[in-house]
Order: sequence, then C-alpha cells, then structure tokens
Amino acid sequence: MSETLALARIPLDDYAELLGAGEIEELRALAKPLRGRTIEMINSTAIGGGVAEILNRLVPLAEELELNIKWNVMTGGEDFFDVTKSFHNALHGAPYHASPKDFEIFLAYNERNRGTLPLDAEFVVIHDPQPAALIEARKPGSNFWVWRCHIDLSHPNRAVWDFLEKFVSRYDGAMFSAPEFSRQLPIPQYLFYPAIDPLSEKNQELEPEFIAQVLARFRIDSQRPILTQISRFDRLKDPVGVIRAYRIVKRYFDCQLVLAGGSASDDPEGAIVLKEVLREADNDPDIRVIELPAWAPLEVNALQRASTIVIQKSLREGFGLTVSEALWKRKPVVASAVGGIPIQIIHKHTGLLAHSVEGTAYQIRFLLSHPEIAVKLGEHGHQHVKESFLITQKLKRYLTLFLTLARGS
Amino acid sequence: MNTAETPFEFVTVSYLTRIGNQSAGTLAELLTGLENCSDASIFHHTYQTLGSHHFLTEGFSNDFAQWVLSDTNRNDLAEQLAALDIRDYVSIAALRRDLCRVVSDFCAAFPHFAGQSALERFYFCESVEVTVPLGRKARTLDEFREGLAHLSHASFYFHFISSRLRLQLQTNDFSHWLADGLGLATLADSVNHVDIYTNTLDSSRAKLLRLIDRERRKT
Repeated sequence: MSETLALARIPLDDYAELLGAGEIEELRALAKPLRGRTIEMINSTAIGGGVAEILNRLVPLAEELELNIKWNVMTGGEDFFDVTKSFHNALHGAPYHASPKDFEIFLAYNERNRGTLPLDAEFVVIHDPQPAALIEARKPGSNFWVWRCHIDLSHPNRAVWDFLEKFVSRYDGAMFSAPEFSRQLPIPQYLFYPAIDPLSEKNQELEPEFIAQVLARFRIDSQRPILTQISRFDRLKDPVGVIRAYRIVKRYFDCQLVLAGGSASDDPEGAIVLKEVLREADNDPDIRVIELPAWAPLEVNALQRASTIVIQKSLREGFGLTVSEALWKRKPVVASAVGGIPIQIIHKHTGLLAHSVEGTAYQIRFLLSHPEIAVKLGEHGHQHVKESFLITQKLKRYLTLFLTLARGS
Repeated sequence: MNTAETPFEFVTVSYLTRIGNQSAGTLAELLTGLENCSDASIFHHTYQTLGSHHFLTEGFSNDFAQWVLSDTNRNDLAEQLAALDIRDYVSIAALRRDLCRVVSDFCAAFPHFAGQSALERFYFCESVEVTVPLGRKARTLDEFREGLAHLSHASFYFHFISSRLRLQLQTNDFSHWLADGLGLATLADSVNHVDIYTNTLDSSRAKLLRLIDRERRKT
C-alpha cells in the first residue's frame, strides 16, 4: 500500500520576522487563485534524503496557504530499490549495464502503485526517477503532471536515460536544479533550486551557550580560527584535499580544521575514506574528525555557526545545500566550482571559488587576512540565500508553476 | 492632501525560470545566442538579474557581463556589457541590438579571443512571468507611502524596474502615478533618478520613502 503522510502544522507567519511581512503577503496573494485546488506530491521515501526533508516542510506550508495538498509515498520491495539505486548512480554517470529484468522490475512496481495511489489531483508532482512511470495512469487532458528531477543528468547512462525519457517526455514540464543538469526534451524545463528552511533545527538561531557546549564537547578552541567542512566521508567531497589545503594555511595562521559528517559505520566505502582521512590527519591536535549520527541537525548548525570559514571542496556535487546552510549563517565560504555550487557562490560576491588544493588554501588565507571582506561576503551570501534558496522561495516557485500551467490551459 | 482619481494598485510578480535549449561556450557562441534567443531570455539575463541579485551593488548588473568576466576572463568586454544601463531602453529589441553590437565589435577586434573556450558554458534561460494583485490601493501620498513601505522585493522590482518595459517610457510605475495621479512632477522626477545599479532594492526603497517624507513635510 502507498502511504499518505500527515505532517505537523508550520505557521507561515513564523517566517514573517525573518523575511518581512511583505514576502508572506506576496505568498498569500499568489496562492489565492489556487485556494482549494488539489496537489499531489509523490516520491519514494518518507524519511531520509533531501527530497523528504524538503517535502516535510513544504507540504505544511502549502496547507497554510489553503492549498489542498497531499504527500504520497510510493512503495516498492528491496528488488525495486536495488534497481532504482543503480538507476540513480547510472544517471549520475556511473558505469552500469541495465538488464531487461531491471526494467521489468521498475515497471512492475510503478504499475502496482498506479493501482493504489489516487493520482487524480489537478497538479501531480512526481519526484525523481523512481515513480516516473506513474505517468501511464494519466488520462488525456485530465490534470497537470510535472516531473521534479533532483539528479544531475548532464552525463547520464544512455540506456537508463533512453528508458526514462519515454516517460518524462509525456509530462507537462520538468524541473531541474541547474541548467546544466537538464536534457534536450520536447517539454518545458524549469529551474527549481533546492532549498533550506531557516526555521529548521539545522538553520535556526542558536543560543551562544549551546554553541559553546558543542565546541567543548568536540574539544574545539573557540579562540582560534575554525575552518569547517560538513559532509559525509566520501571521496567526492575530497576530505583529504581539505586537510592538504589546511596544512598550507597552517604555515601562516594558527587555525583548526573540523571535518564533520554522518557516521561511516553503515557505509563500507565511507569507513575506508574515514581511515584515509585519519591517516592524512596524522594525529594533528588541531584537526578534529567528527563522526556525527545520521541526523544531528543541532550539532551541524552549531559547528557551522562557530566556524570562521566554511569549506566545501567537493570534486563533484549535486547542488551542495551545505553551502546554502553556511551562507544563511553569514559565513564566508570557500568552495569548489562544481555542480550547483557556482549558483550559490558568485565568486567574489557571495563567497570564493577554487579549483585546486592550492587555490582553496589561498582563498582561505586571503579571508583570514581580510576579515572585513569575509564579513561582506557572508552578508551578501545571506542575502543571496534569502532571495533564492529558502523554502518559502521554493513554495513561491511551485505556486508560480501551478498558476502558469493553469493559465496555459 | 491631493487625492488621485485613479488609485495606484500594488501588484506583485513571480518569475519561473525556463531553461532554454541554447548555450554558449565561447564569445562567438554568446553572440549567436544573443542574436537568436527569445526576448524573454534577454529580459531574464538583464532585467530579472537586477532583481534577483539586488543586494549586489558592485560589478554585477547582468548575467552576460558576469559570465564574460568570470568564465572567459575578458574584463574589458565585461565592463562594456555591464555598462549597458537598462534605464536607457524601453524595448528588448533595442537592448538586444546593443548587446550584440558590443560583443560583435569585441570579437571583430580580437578574433583570437572569440573562439576560446570558457571555463563553464553559459545557458540561455527565459523568465515566465506571473503577476497578481496584492489587493492594496493608494489614492493619497500617505496611503502610497504605507503600501510602498510594506512591499516585497518582487513587487518593488516589478513597479520600479521592470515597469519601464511595460510602460514603454523611461520612467517607472511609481513616478508615473506620482506625476499623473497626484500631480507631483518634481517628486516623480526625483524618484526616477534613484540609481538602481548602485543601490540595493532595500536602499532604493529607503530613498524613495525619504523623498516622500520630505514631500509630506512640505504639505
């Protein structure tokens, strides 16, 4: 059986203090023509992952605007999720040989869910490839279907994409996180940024005492500069490269490095990378390698807020929302120019971009030498996130999309 | 206090960004894109950029200039593109002509730069506009001030910046109404002279409010 999720209320007016009453008034004005109209969001998981995190906040906020919105989760067996995980990696460009059986499993579960999900809302929003074939249930001219793709499709596995494209082409529109992630399709494609919630535990304001407690717990000195990268222990996040950049900076500044990410205990590759990181750290007392629980929003928040500079030295990246999280906290960010990061970091305006270990080290040294520039970048970064990467902006984009679809018809 | 016969109706705007099928990896390809992209695309990368990056007041006036600077490292061309002031235009066609002329002249003068690959490609996008009334009207200067003070960024941008294209005049909705509705031509002119390139939307609004307050004190 598919699952319809009931979520706790999030008062929209709580955002007025942060964003201004005018922004909330604007959301209400945009939503007015859509009041009572039905929307169905469908993805493949209720917990874990960025999509579920966003829907958990977005759906209650849409309800505040009197939209009749439901979030349904499709179901599948282990075999289905094995196949869709392989599809996911293949669409990101990983090598993969899809077998006919894989496609059969994918189609069978989509067919089964077509029998249990309502799929009759005026606007049906399908998230990611797993439920993409639900479009088969659409009756001609009955309602609007849009596909939200959170994956970088710039270099997809040809066989998997050719298979999916047949379904995607039948939607009324597709949404991607960056222009370069999109494909040549016969339907309109829109830019939809991922978003952070300024009132969530990961981004809300914290008491200084709590931040001090977190620093004390991890034996971090608040009196010396703190360089931080928050990310799982994954080679594509280049934690070893971060340590090498730190060592260059350390020649000039008495700083500390914090590498904090989700536990590697249930991820064999993560455990290997963690070992590599510890080897590279070589017991340096000023490097803190912190394994956090899978969900530790308050600790992440505190570490980001305590940082002098936040680093995101990824070799590849989807959108990289940890950058938005840091910018929202007015932190100067030094990050690699990959994936969606340059959308968030406008070089020399909202942060600094780098392309190598040496470049990363140089930009960090520059900011430590020019704290006034670091403050200005942090302030601009905060404004950039406020303008484009908050959950309220995402809601606004959805409202605009629904109005555009409805008016077009 | 003057009362306008026709009230000022506050409206807000929201834009969807539609990803186009064109992109450019060199200055020569940028020129081709500029020549062939839709009006909505020129609007998106010039007018709309000014709204979405309103908090930046240094060197970031349109996407074309920013890409030329950051991805092709041609500071001279970037400066020329950034210097095109949207307040001088009342049509996209005229703005496109000048964008094309600047890039074309540069490519002709420096042909060896025209084909050099950029660090990242430029993707042509379009703005899809949706406007809705805020349900707020003003007939007097006091009511107008009250409405202006509480506008969202998007609504302020719509009335103060993108309105020039809609009106096909070198003015904005606020100045237009202040002059025509309330007969305050001097105030309208002062409002129209607030520099949107060296101010953020917030500081522009603050200047407008100060100008209005000065006018209210006079009366």
